[in-house]
Amino acid sequence: MERLDASFAALADPTRRAILARLASGEATVNELAKPFKMTQPAISQHLKVLEDAGLILQRVDGTRRPRRLAKSGIDAMDQWLAMLRKALEKNYDRLDQVLAAMESNKEGKRR
Amino acid sequence: MSKLTLKTEGDTHIVVTRRFAASPEAIYRAHTDTKLIQQWLLGPDGWTMPVCICDARPGGKFRYEWTNGKVGFHITGEFVELRPYSKIVHIERMYLPDPTPDNHVETRFEPDGSGTLMTMRMTLPDPQTRAAMLATGMEKGMEASYVRLEGMLRVAA
Repeated sequence: MERLDASFAALADPTRRAILARLASGEATVNELAKPFKMTQPAISQHLKVLEDAGLILQRVDGTRRPRRLAKSGIDAMDQWLAMLRKALEKNYDRLDQVLAAMESNKEGKRR
Repeated sequence: MSKLTLKTEGDTHIVVTRRFAASPEAIYRAHTDTKLIQQWLLGPDGWTMPVCICDARPGGKFRYEWTNGKVGFHITGEFVELRPYSKIVHIERMYLPDPTPDNHVETRFEPDGSGTLMTMRMTLPDPQTRAAMLATGMEKGMEASYVRLEGMLRVAA
């Protein structure tokens, strides 16, 4: 339960969500992560620590590099986000189904 | 059964497909006629589109503004190519309030049995932009989840 709280708190920040989304396309170092966010390396490191403490990301040692990657729960979180985006799109297209059905019945009405 | 698919492709693409029980012509019109767009392009429940400007011709501009009664945001864009009733190519950006990098969107409508298969292919300038876009697009849903799950954690932005 504590872990769950930590993971929700970690996700309550747009930068950290964007970092997770970036890691979803492959592992990356602090430098690589800092660049697109226009943030300093220490600021990114702070975000990474929060994500790591929450169990959302892992780091490995590769010489002097410390690349980060998504942990299982980080992948689950990303999947959840994708599911939410999908849900918003589904709402749109379910409404579009209704609009199309109404267009069709209008057309038939005019034909009669 | 979910009719919609959403997947990332390569480093910079997002591809959405959906089948509709209507003709390509009807779906094309629903994407280019403001009176129709305002009825469905609304995202999560509770949002409306009070401003819908759409000059559907090559080089024409569009502007969509959404509100949930408390906050709002808008997108602007330009049409690159319109091929009735099979293809729409446009470029768009979202203002939050600063503009996001341009999203290049190609939407195709193909006859599929008695209906239509729509394929929407978004191309972002780089992997980071796509990552940020996916994260942004999910914020509304995240907000709702927070309210439900905890009621105390707040989205920072």
